[in-house]
Parts: sequence; structure tokens; C-alpha cells
Amino acid sequence: MRCEKDIIYLMHKYLDEALTDEEQRILSNHLQRCEDCQRHFHELKRTDTLASDKSKITTSRSFTDSVMSNIPQNKNRASWLGWFRHHPLVSAAAVFMLLMVSGIFSAWNQDSQVTVSKQEGVVIEEGTVVVPKDVVVDGDLVVRNGDLRVDGHIDGDVTLINGQFIDDDPSEAPEGEELQAYVSGELNYVNQIFEWVWYHAKNFVGEVFSMQEKESPE
Amino acid sequence: METIIKERIKEVKKGNAQAFEDIVSFYQNKVYFICFRMIGNKQEAEDLAQEAFIRAYTNLDSFDERRKFSTWLYRIATNLTIDRIRKKKPDYYLDAEIRGTDGLDMYDQLAMDEALPEEQVENLELRGYIQTEITALPPKYRSVIVLRFLEELSLQEISEVLDMPVGTVKTRIHRGREILRTKLRHV
Ligand SMILES: [Zn+2]
Repeated sequence: MRCEKDIIYLMHKYLDEALTDEEQRILSNHLQRCEDCQRHFHELKRTDTLASDKSKITTSRSFTDSVMSNIPQNKNRASWLGWFRHHPLVSAAAVFMLLMVSGIFSAWNQDSQVTVSKQEGVVIEEGTVVVPKDVVVDGDLVVRNGDLRVDGHIDGDVTLINGQFIDDDPSEAPEGEELQAYVSGELNYVNQIFEWVWYHAKNFVGEVFSMQEKESPE
Repeated sequence: METIIKERIKEVKKGNAQAFEDIVSFYQNKVYFICFRMIGNKQEAEDLAQEAFIRAYTNLDSFDERRKFSTWLYRIATNLTIDRIRKKKPDYYLDAEIRGTDGLDMYDQLAMDEALPEEQVENLELRGYIQTEITALPPKYRSVIVLRFLEELSLQEISEVLDMPVGTVKTRIHRGREILRTKLRHV
């Protein structure tokens, strides 16, 4: 006897845990009198059991450590990026203002070079901008493409573009009172998002850029 | 459990990266199961599963906390694995046998560790065979049925993970199960 597809459909529905009581009754009634379907049903159940067996499918012992050592630890930066993404206009304006006030226009084309907005007393060592002990930087500081280490003090805000604030405890950027020990103002990060903001701002900035170059041919 | 996970997610979002460790511990074997069943290779599955967690971490801001975290995570894992399968060279299917052997390696090793009785060794061969047959399924059936074999998601949730209608999910599970049944009925 050739059984209707309906019965086989009910078998699958049973395995998907979606049978109604009525369907359950139809299926078991049929199975009681049809050996072919019994076999079919048994094979389907066995397939599910074998394929769902998880007893030997486990990760290596180092799995968690491996993941944890590969995730970026500094979430502060990520929330900064999130903020920028949600405030594109403000971001563009902020970066533009930043460029205007910090006077680092001329170095903008040299992509990978470390630049710093104030030079007095500040030292650049292998890609790291260092404010040595006993040096007090008067005013805001902008560092691009380099990390910043402050042994002395900065009397103003700090903005890091494509760089990190190097601290004794590298797991997180200094905040609050801890930050006050180095910097009197705010610590801002502008990282990869810079390119994105740049893309949106470039037409606008581009004009000023060429004006600026004409005025101060460095 | 979902409540504890949600708390951990909040902590991670606040900046406590270490809170992510509990999330990894809890879901690692589930994510690994999805990757391994789909790709059929131990090492690749481990890489994909790790990548899935790293992506989940970096994109956590985009996770809507009103939704179920597991389905979101499984979606990342499944998409990564589907991508990997697609990028494989055309000789992938010729490779299937070697891939199956790869699955066996793990069991061989276990057999050596525990000096299993003969009956269970047969069982180990069966495991390798099952995996080979699952990996031989066309990818469109494979992702759906593997999520079903995880035995944790409803059909509705599977449809959310894969972004396909529930009807399609059902049809593909039934079709995939029938294909596997014919392959496994004599072993
Ligand atoms: Zn029948």
C-alpha cells in the first residue's frame, strides 16, 4: 500500500514538535496498521537523534581565552564612535573646527606622519608624543597618528586622532580624577571614524583647505 | 539564563569587556555546534565560532536588547559560516571525503584518550559518517536543518535567524531530513 504524503508530512511535523492532538491521533492510528510508515518514522527519528547528538561537539579548552584576548578592550572608544555615527553633522562641524583651531592643516596630506598641534617642550619618540616631566603645556593639545604619554601636565583639552592615551594601566583610558592628574580639560578620541567624517565634510573643508594653502604656503 | 545574559550585555555596553567572558562561556558550544555541523571541519568551526563572538562584541551596540540574544548571535555565526562555504573553491565537494576524515580525527583522539570499548568505537565511525552526510547536503538545506538539530530554536526563531519565511524553513527541514534519512538508514 502506497501511503499519502500527508502521513509523512505529519511525521515531520511531529519531529518539529508542531502536531495538534488531532494530527497526533491520525498519525498513531496510521502507524498502528502500516509497517512501511513505521519504518519510515523510525528512520526519521533516528536521523534527528544522530544529527542532534552534541556529546562530542565541543570547543577547545582555550576557546574563551582566545576570544577574550582578541576583542578590543577599550569600549570607551567604541561609544565615542557610536556617538559620532549618530551625530554626523555635529561630527563634521567638530572636526572642521578642530582643524581650524589646531593649526595642523599643513600636515594633513602627510598621512602617516605624527603631528602635534603644539611643539613647545613636547617630544616625539617613535610615534609617541611625550609631554616630559616638568613640562606644562599651556592650552589644548591635538595629536594625530601617534600615541600620547603625559609625564608632565596639559592645561587644556586633549584630542587624539588615530592614537591612544598611554597610561600606567593600559586596560582603560583615564577618566575623571585620574585624568585630571594629567590633563585639566577633556580627553577626546577621534579614530577610524575620522575618514568617515572626512568623507562627508570634504567638499566643505576642501574649499577652505585651498584658501588656507594660498594664504600660508608651507 | 537569558536574564543573566542580558545583565552581562548591559555591563559590556557600559565598558566592562570582561563581562563578555560569561557570554562566551555560556554560548560557545552552541555556536560551535552550528559552525561544525555546517562546515564539517573542527579547526574551521573553531575559527568561525571565535569570529562570531568577536563580531558580536564589536557590534553589540547594534543589538536590540528587547530581542533574544541567542537568535542574534546564531545569526552572526550562521552568516559567517554560509559566507565561508560560498568562498570555498569549487573543489570543495571533491574535498568532502577528506573533510569527513577531519571530523573523525577528533574522535580518534578521544578514542585514544579514553580507550573506548569496541562498541563505542563503532559509534565513533558512525559520528564521522553522519557529519560527512550533513556536510554533503546542499548549503540551503544545511543551515536550516543544522539550526533545527541544535534543538533549541522554534521554527519561527529559525526563520528569524535566517531571515526567511517559516514556510520555507519547514519545507527545507523536511526535505533535508528526508535526504539524510536515505543516507543514514543503512548504517
Ligand atoms: Zn503508511
